[in-house]
Amino acid sequence: MTLNDLASNLAATLPLSFLLAWACLLLLADLWIPAGRKGLTAALAALGLAVSLVLSLAQVGRFQPAFNGLVVVDGYAVFLSVLFQGSGLLGIALAYDYLKRMELARGEYYTLLLFSVAGMMLMALAADLIVVFLALEMLSLPLYVLAGFARPRLDSEEAALKYFLLGAYAGGFVLFGVALTFGATGTTALAGVLSAVNSGQANLTLLTVGAALILIGLGFKVAAVPFHMWTPDVYQGAPSAVTAFMAVGAKAGGFAALLRIFVAALPALALDLTPVLWTLSALTMILGNVVAIAQGNIKRLLAYSSIAHAGYILMAVVAFGQAGVAADAVAAALFYLLAYAFTNFGAWAVVIALERAAGQGLELKDYAGLGARHPGLAACMAVFMLSFTGVPPTLGFVGKFYLFRAVLEGGFIGLALIGVLTSLVSAYYYLRVVVIMYMQPGEPQVRREPWLTLTAFGSAVATVLLVIFSTPLFNWASQAVLRLF
Amino acid sequence: MNFLFYPLTLVTFFPLLGVLMILFFKAGQKDAVRWVALVTSLITFGISIAVLAQFNPADPDLQLVVNLPWIQVAGWNIAYHMGVDGLSILLLLLTTFLTPLSILSTWSAVEERVKDFMVFFLLLEMGMVGVFLAQDLFLFYIFWEFTLVPMYFLIGVWGGPRRIYAAIKFFLYTMAGSILMLLAILWLGIRGGTFSVPELVAGSASIPANIQFWLFLAFAAAFAIKVPMWPLHSWLPDAHVEAPTAGSVILAGVLLKMGTYGFLRFNLPLFPQATVQLAPWLAALAVIGILYGAAVSYAQQDVKKLVAFSSVSHLGFVMLGLFALNPQGIQGGILQMVNHGLSTGALFLIVGMIYERRHTRDMEAFGGLWKVMPVYGALTLIVTLSSMGLPGLNGFVGEFTILLGAWTAGQADYPLGSYWFAGLSAIGVILAAVYMLYMFQKLFLGPLSREENRALKDLSWREIATLAPLVVFIFWIGLYPRPFFTLMAPAVERLVAIVGSAAVAGLP
Repeated sequence: MTLNDLASNLAATLPLSFLLAWACLLLLADLWIPAGRKGLTAALAALGLAVSLVLSLAQVGRFQPAFNGLVVVDGYAVFLSVLFQGSGLLGIALAYDYLKRMELARGEYYTLLLFSVAGMMLMALAADLIVVFLALEMLSLPLYVLAGFARPRLDSEEAALKYFLLGAYAGGFVLFGVALTFGATGTTALAGVLSAVNSGQANLTLLTVGAALILIGLGFKVAAVPFHMWTPDVYQGAPSAVTAFMAVGAKAGGFAALLRIFVAALPALALDLTPVLWTLSALTMILGNVVAIAQGNIKRLLAYSSIAHAGYILMAVVAFGQAGVAADAVAAALFYLLAYAFTNFGAWAVVIALERAAGQGLELKDYAGLGARHPGLAACMAVFMLSFTGVPPTLGFVGKFYLFRAVLEGGFIGLALIGVLTSLVSAYYYLRVVVIMYMQPGEPQVRREPWLTLTAFGSAVATVLLVIFSTPLFNWASQAVLRLF
Repeated sequence: MNFLFYPLTLVTFFPLLGVLMILFFKAGQKDAVRWVALVTSLITFGISIAVLAQFNPADPDLQLVVNLPWIQVAGWNIAYHMGVDGLSILLLLLTTFLTPLSILSTWSAVEERVKDFMVFFLLLEMGMVGVFLAQDLFLFYIFWEFTLVPMYFLIGVWGGPRRIYAAIKFFLYTMAGSILMLLAILWLGIRGGTFSVPELVAGSASIPANIQFWLFLAFAAAFAIKVPMWPLHSWLPDAHVEAPTAGSVILAGVLLKMGTYGFLRFNLPLFPQATVQLAPWLAALAVIGILYGAAVSYAQQDVKKLVAFSSVSHLGFVMLGLFALNPQGIQGGILQMVNHGLSTGALFLIVGMIYERRHTRDMEAFGGLWKVMPVYGALTLIVTLSSMGLPGLNGFVGEFTILLGAWTAGQADYPLGSYWFAGLSAIGVILAAVYMLYMFQKLFLGPLSREENRALKDLSWREIATLAPLVVFIFWIGLYPRPFFTLMAPAVERLVAIVGSAAVAGLP
């Protein structure tokens, strides 16, 4: 590749390349920032993300492969990149005061976050299985470190080790799957896999096994049942700001790859893999919602809730084999990820506001009396709980509406039924939080911090108002999948 | 957007303005908040009167329609579509009429967190009005589910001792039904390419009968739980008893009607063949509800629970009227919806008044109240007789019309096919007299045996003002129901025609 080519490729993936360069420079610059002024690192990281976001928005509507077809800049990639950059910004907003409060303020946090976001963006851009694996590792390794950031707290170190060991194991599955795919089709490029299958040259059995292994690995990443066992412990042990970012970013990253691989390259395997995905989705929804009922710790409750939401999004993946429906399903999944992002960051903002040092303030009973003492914050949390349940007029409801529509279009009535019934089950434990906040007396201790409050209120407003002004979002999500192939 | 051209938008969202104003008050300014809420609800009532003034009773179509495209991308066809016709005009008026009365009743009943209470109450009004006016299934579902949220808070925060249990039961039970309805809505939207109710009704003949059956059941699940029909009624006693007075009035007066309205607006016109097929079954459940509700009412010690079960019984009559599938039955049903809202709303207000004085609802704790509270006794007697169906008062007109419709439909080859429906329901009228007069006797007649009851004060002017408008309508509808029937008649005729023709067309 000539220098000219390199330059044009970097320009095509400018948001990503800029972010990576910025992250490296920040890593260096952080050495000169004194220990008490790490807020500056946060600000610089946020600046880098903001610039990257603007660059991504400038790419809306483009379709451009780069790096010899290893990555493709299309509507799908841009939508998800914006989602990741936004998640990064909200992650920084949540971490800004939290790290200082918990005496974890080190500049590496922000640079690791930037690297993770860059890895997620690469996931969205990936058009080749090797790049998928690369992106998977790139987004995961910083998260392993971030999960253990609160050392020497035991639960944080346990979270990091668990996440790392299981994540590495799952990454191995993905790599093995990629290798089998290569063996089956002679290429790791998604477009190449599709054409090999269509022309009949691919070994379908080997390909199916490879696809299943990739599904296992990515299933771990998105916390699908039965690959979910790490989620409650890691979410609980990691610092809350990290968990908030992980819950959205890593999940969306996993789905980014899952959707693109299955819809773009593997629709021919639908006959074999659809029942598998159906079962995974159903089990995930059922287990996530049912076990959440028993939780008394808000972090574990939100962890199981995030497993359940992965189940809902998996419903969209189930329809990957049906041509017309798949596009709708992908759009629904993108929309739901956006709705989930807003709701999730808002809820975690409230969790962080109530968290006190050394893991205090994280039990459900610590939320008692929030409605009376801090009505604004309690109202925000109530909105988030309603959005998670899927009660109108919240974005979570519209997201579920969109998802169920895609599922019904695909003809999976049974799965839709499981989806709505598990949503009903989820109402029980989400409402329990509302009950405790409003209907039980107590004296909660809340940390008032501008960025935290802004995140909570901003997310609540977005969750409600975007329902009325949802047309642009719908538009964007549906356009985003037009040029997937 | 010029709202004067969109009175329906104004009547739906005006309470939201009240909410926004109230949010700026401080928690201690209770009276100011109460007045703002009351004035907001009165203005909303005024706007609904303006809607009535512009309503043309002779026109069976939707009137004052607002139809703005909302989400028209990516294969979605969702519009902000509101309209009012003969089926919903009375319910709209009932809602906006009962809300100020309920707010007036909270003057002394709600002392804690008055600001939050009024916010939730006005949001609830917005949701209820939206349900009755929405003509797009997506919009309807949003309003329908949304009403759960403020009602849940009203029961759970300001309710009685078992309020949290009652609130969660209410929420989960109702949501279970609605969530099945959501799937049916999605199915209709995908297949019909639109969520607009008039368009779907026009295309309703094209849905095959066996699929209509399941869609009907899915919608019926949501509405039957809301009505509530036996055997899906068990959330009602808990919710009604534990809710604060104003909450009970609105729950019984309006929210239950959302269920019966749903059958009328959606089940009957969208799935006519399934309606004809399932009418006898639903009518049977209605009759069981009438008799069961009445019998269990009679067994109650708690007067609020007695009134709660009486709702099951009365709404059984409404459902019987609706599923007679003839003009008398349906018109009787709609009128009885209004009647029940008025008389049971008044009953809950009455129970609230005595509860505020004595903090007990056990009927054994009373007796001989008429001697100390004559005005209270007189008004309660009128409401009791109305609830019982005494000729000359509103209940009789509704019940008689329903029974007439059920009898007509009981002939062979008609939807119900048996005279037993009307016959057994007539027994329900007698049972209503039994438990209502039992209640009255226990509370007001007999010797003044308890010391605590001697010192009770009669009704204040505010309390009389709360009951008086209801009593006025009780007499008006009872003595001169014609204006109310003329409002509904064309729309009901049109509905019966839709059900009749499509059903006949579908018969083998």
